[in-house]
Amino acid sequence: MTNPLLAVERLSVTFNHRHTVVDEVSFVIYPGETFALVGESGSGKSITALSVLRLLPNNARLSADNISLNGDNLLSRSESDLCRIRGSRIGLVFQDPMSSLNPVMTIGSQIEEVINVHFQLPKQAVKQRVLELLRQVEIPEPQLRMKDYPHQLSGGQRQRVMIAIALAGRPDLLIADEPTTSLDVTIQAQILALLKTIQQQTGMALWLISHDLALVSTMADRVAVMQQGKIVETGKTADFFSNPQHPYTRKLLQALPSMDSCLAHAVEEKPPLLCVRDFSCHYPIRKGIFKRIVGYVRAVDGVSFDIQQGKTLALVGESGCGKTTLGKSLLNLIPASGGQVKINGVDLSQLSGEPLRQQRANIQIVFQDPFSSMNPRMLVGDIIAEGLSALHPGIGLDERKARVRQLLQQVDLPEDSAQRYPHEFSGGQRQRICIARALAVEPKLIVCDEPTSALDVSVQAQIIQLLKTLQQEKGVSYLFITHDLAVVAEIADDVAVMYQGKIIEQGRVEQVLTRPEQAYTKKLLAAVPVLKSDN
Amino acid sequence: MVILWTDALIFILMAIIVGLAFYMRSQEHIKRPLKQIGRSRIGMVSLVVLVFFVLIGLLDSVHFKAGGNKTNEIVSLLDYWATPLRERGEKTYSAPFAVTLYSKEMMTLADGSTHWDYPRLEFGGSHLDDPENQRLDDILQKGLYGFAQGAGLVAFFMFLSWGMLAEQHKRLIRSPAATAVWAVAFVIVSVSYALVYLSGYYHVLGTDKVGEDVFYQAVKSIRTGLVIGTLTTLIMLPMAVVFGILAGFFRGWVDDVIQYVYTTLNSIPGVLLIAASILMVQVYMANHEENFTSVVVRADMRLLFLCLILGVTSWTGLCRLLRAETLKLREMEYVQAARALGVKQGTILLRHILPNVMHIVLISVVLDFSSLVLAEAVLSYINIGVDPTTYSWGNMINGARLEMAREPIVWWSLTAAFVFMFALVLAANLFADVVQAAFDPRRAGND
Repeated sequence: MTNPLLAVERLSVTFNHRHTVVDEVSFVIYPGETFALVGESGSGKSITALSVLRLLPNNARLSADNISLNGDNLLSRSESDLCRIRGSRIGLVFQDPMSSLNPVMTIGSQIEEVINVHFQLPKQAVKQRVLELLRQVEIPEPQLRMKDYPHQLSGGQRQRVMIAIALAGRPDLLIADEPTTSLDVTIQAQILALLKTIQQQTGMALWLISHDLALVSTMADRVAVMQQGKIVETGKTADFFSNPQHPYTRKLLQALPSMDSCLAHAVEEKPPLLCVRDFSCHYPIRKGIFKRIVGYVRAVDGVSFDIQQGKTLALVGESGCGKTTLGKSLLNLIPASGGQVKINGVDLSQLSGEPLRQQRANIQIVFQDPFSSMNPRMLVGDIIAEGLSALHPGIGLDERKARVRQLLQQVDLPEDSAQRYPHEFSGGQRQRICIARALAVEPKLIVCDEPTSALDVSVQAQIIQLLKTLQQEKGVSYLFITHDLAVVAEIADDVAVMYQGKIIEQGRVEQVLTRPEQAYTKKLLAAVPVLKSDN
Repeated sequence: MVILWTDALIFILMAIIVGLAFYMRSQEHIKRPLKQIGRSRIGMVSLVVLVFFVLIGLLDSVHFKAGGNKTNEIVSLLDYWATPLRERGEKTYSAPFAVTLYSKEMMTLADGSTHWDYPRLEFGGSHLDDPENQRLDDILQKGLYGFAQGAGLVAFFMFLSWGMLAEQHKRLIRSPAATAVWAVAFVIVSVSYALVYLSGYYHVLGTDKVGEDVFYQAVKSIRTGLVIGTLTTLIMLPMAVVFGILAGFFRGWVDDVIQYVYTTLNSIPGVLLIAASILMVQVYMANHEENFTSVVVRADMRLLFLCLILGVTSWTGLCRLLRAETLKLREMEYVQAARALGVKQGTILLRHILPNVMHIVLISVVLDFSSLVLAEAVLSYINIGVDPTTYSWGNMINGARLEMAREPIVWWSLTAAFVFMFALVLAANLFADVVQAAFDPRRAGND
């Protein structure tokens, strides 16, 4: 066996002398390999990476027996030595390419800056190196692009620039901290392919930090699973996924939504609940002093679909395709521009004022971000009871309290939650409260706008299970908006694929996921990282 | 009993605060932040200081006619108790604890010869035979005596509360916050006892140009400061909050109208408006002299109108802030969820928007409080502030302008106004910080 590139022994990080975030973690990374550190949010994986580079916040305490890079003990190095090591021997790519680039500098000068820190090169050579790097990360027309500012690039291109900056110092080890989490699935696939290519070209080691087990299974040579600050299991990728040892790992793998699960659905026709015909939602573009309308952004452009009673329609698409706009304008939260929305035969687009308010009980919404979807100054009980008091003012206080208790029970939350504030709950619990709030007015349809994308895998599985159970008990229909095709397979009966404001393909879930007709759907499906359990 | 306009408003305000306190005690989820304030040492200490100021202000707000109904002299309870201070004026400037005037005068001695020296004060230290040697001992002795009286009083209450409390509540008294409260109360009460006792014999903060006691002036100014700080806020707040959140929430033509109004109002110099309205009030009072027979009533009317016009001119800043915040909040998902649930717009405003902008209101109210007290000083400078006969820190600072240029310098008026103002504004700022931290759910329990 070769000597390890990075060796970490019994690394611990404590915040404020109380909270141990990383607890005696030991691992090694060999030259040229891809090592993946997997864990749910808050498990301490990012802190582990930052503590190797000693980039921790001031209130953190670090202790370790050994952190060495190529046998060179990093613990004994001074801060100024570490400055040289960061960037030149260890490169770092962060999750959010929006906030990692300086918006007032061109991308070329940002890469130059890094080169100038680490190498003494003449000006022309620096330019050459920048072009070389941009070519390496496959940015088209690098001569023109290097004069661009970050806002002129797309999210994927920005992440490529971040990788170019990390590569500028020719590091032996590249740390990629959730490099694709904020990107669309097709872009994610491109970035991952790029990282692999570069790794093969340069022979550097890649330390991938991720919460996504499927992604890890396609990328990594070795995997370590982190839970509450401890590494609970380490192993070769193939062994790890075929034969997980630790119960936590098994739980994680089970929670993973699988593309095969759609085959288990029973086919049974039900009468349609919601009929949407030629529905569109256009934003006017105004220009000039008189705010003349010069054109429209066609966010939703002539969409038609049906949702059957007690069934789930999944609306799939990449960011910016108009799926959230569609969901919100179905509830009249965003004014629609044309078309028809009929629920139980009542045309919502013809209603306004009080009759519309009365119909609101029929459609409810659960939002993506469980942190901003509840008023932080209201008690959970009042949040859940809000719809009851607005739409059924006749219900007395005692009955309302009883309803809230019953709803809390239905979403598996303790009864005393009603007397607490939203910030006292975790993300998954908050999403349960939001579901209870939507259920309170006994809707026939709930629009779920990416309800699980902000949650960890195991919590996501619980929420999906809860949604399914509620559907069986109450016969409620869902419009499930998501970008995650694996979740679609878990929950949906029908699928509609949306692209640039239009639905380009719809049908039964097993049909769309296994025998897609449109090229875009095929591309989407191909980009989904699938757990490789049998190789 | 005479009830002036500002008195009535102050007591209504007090009633509202007491009512709110009782309402908040009955609400389970508000009790927790209140308890957090109770545990905060800084919060409780600044509250004690504020309460002390408010008590003095309240004492100064109970007015009655001094000589029965025969005279027109209206005095407050505070004036009544401080009658010696009020009436024992000197001829002109004298330094704190001085026994002589601040400047030399030509004096005619008993034998008819004239003598150029510092004359003895009429009242300050007049009980001393040999001021040169006795003064320091006398001040220390009297000060200690007063201090001991105050200390004894606090100690008495401490024992009383200790004896009355049940065993489980004694734990509360031993908490760090309670200890700090007792310590501060002890210092404040003892020191003010000492000062009050001493001011029976000396002018503890000296006298001003016409020989009036500066300590008395500074204490009387407390009410003016509180009135300007609170009543102005009371007038400005409803306008700022209502217009701000309406403009932000409804947008469209409502927003256009409100923005137009405050932009216009903002572009008129505030001083002009204030000067105009103060002059109007003066003309009105001159035309209706029969209603404003007493100097105190006239001064009070002018104070009230100053508050009113300051309120009308100062709501725009807060309104702008609230409009911007509401624009942000109305796109929050909980507001959208409420709309999806069919909650009426008025209810959304009251339940979701208003509570979430209250922290901005709280911060700007406290910041405004201090700037309003200062604004009063600036307005007095150009003679459109409070009535010249009203005691106020602004008037004191205004008077100190010339005193600072004197040689030797007269420093005590300015210092007294500064120290009193500083204590009040600092206590209000610290208390607001603690309240804000406690009522912000995202920060609650973290510190």
